[in-house]
Amino acid sequence: MKIRPRRLITPIAIVAVWEGAAQAGVLSPDKLPPPSKVAEAAWRLTVDGSLGLHLLESVERAALGLLIGGLLGLFLGAVAGLFRNGDDLVDPPVQAARMLPHLGLVPLLIIWVGIGESLKVSLVALGAFFPIYLNTYAGIRDIDERLVEAARTCGLTQLERIRHVVLPGAMPSLFLGLRLAFAAGWLSLVVGEQVNGQSGLGFMMMEARDFSQTEIVVLGLIVYASLGLLSDLALRTAERRALSWRRGLKVS
Amino acid sequence: MASRPEGVVTATGVRRVFGGTTVLAGVDLRIEKGEVVALLGESGSGKSTLLRILAGLDEEATGEFTTSGSRAVVFQEHRLLPWKRVAENVALGVRGNDAPDRTATALAEVGLADRGHAWPSELSGGQSQRVAFARALVREPDLLLLDEPFGSLDALTRLKMQALFGRLRAKHGFAALLVTHDVEEALLLSDRLLVLDGGRIAEEIEVDLGHPRAVDVPGFNELRRRLLALLHVPADPEE
Repeated sequence: MKIRPRRLITPIAIVAVWEGAAQAGVLSPDKLPPPSKVAEAAWRLTVDGSLGLHLLESVERAALGLLIGGLLGLFLGAVAGLFRNGDDLVDPPVQAARMLPHLGLVPLLIIWVGIGESLKVSLVALGAFFPIYLNTYAGIRDIDERLVEAARTCGLTQLERIRHVVLPGAMPSLFLGLRLAFAAGWLSLVVGEQVNGQSGLGFMMMEARDFSQTEIVVLGLIVYASLGLLSDLALRTAERRALSWRRGLKVS
Repeated sequence: MASRPEGVVTATGVRRVFGGTTVLAGVDLRIEKGEVVALLGESGSGKSTLLRILAGLDEEATGEFTTSGSRAVVFQEHRLLPWKRVAENVALGVRGNDAPDRTATALAEVGLADRGHAWPSELSGGQSQRVAFARALVREPDLLLLDEPFGSLDALTRLKMQALFGRLRAKHGFAALLVTHDVEEALLLSDRLLVLDGGRIAEEIEVDLGHPRAVDVPGFNELRRRLLALLHVPADPEE
């Protein structure tokens, strides 16, 4: 995970060219303001507290949606993965629903839950549900049956086998699901927040567009991107810790 | 029959059918306390099927079979859980306060006292299989069920493991059913040989060669030839 200095050259060059082009008047400030103006806006909104407020609002929605969608996906994925009856009853409708583009459900969701908070949270939950469900299911299904058998000969009860064999065995797949769920969750949040927000990063950006404050629109995008990056980084760290047993596999 | 003491394994008329194909057509088997029985047979003769039935891993077998006392299984693959350290793998399912001590003792017996903290992925094939033996031994089994336990090891490691098995057996006195396709291994390690053919025990041979054994003891080659013939392998290249 060490960053090689050479990998920083192009990103810095791009920002420098962007700044230079904007200063020289090649880029119209209404279309794309220079990075320095974006930084200035970031500073201004941080000092007056509004950026923090919007950010908190967005993160809360994302967290709530991920929690609801994630827990539901985990539960149903486990039911379908562990029990034959669960598989027969749960998997077909979920597989069918998976084919619906969940962001295309916005009009329907507006009719169902309105344009308020529940719309944003529902969208994030929907986005997070499918990757978690699918990867929990696949993770449990892909466990080496021979290991389960060996655990049986060691006298483990069914519950103990789930705890010591099935759950840890499904972990790598579960982490993959989590990362996909976070990505889908952020995307859903961005879309959801474009609908009638009163607060949040999306609202901040829509409002700035109305006043032609392009630098704040760009700032919003950068904050969204950073949120995605940070959550992915946190997940990767958690994954490395939880799956430390795989390190030996990578070396050999 | 009723007056005989209870064997570690008593089985009569064990049958197993896989989708119309009869693999076991009524097997009778008895293993006495402390006795090592090798089970030979051609590929697909049902050796492993019989072992799995005795291990309680096959619910669809019919016939009467009981195993008394504790049993443990060693498979051809080590089947260690990759997400548990070596010691945790050995201690899997071991209950009681003395589990850590017993785990350490079992690991020391297979010569891996210092690898308890390693991950299975850090071990060689032979070491992994020794851990699998430790995982079986820690249960203090009256009966060890061994499904080609040395089958996936290289030739040199296999010889070492066979010697280790001999030492462990002398020390613990467990009974064992050793499924193998290796005639020499069967002759070196067992007290009695069974040949499975056509879904039944086709032949039973007592091995009175004394312990410890080597391939050059008198009588070894005669038995070897006899066994190979039973397994439909020509003993001489010209045949």
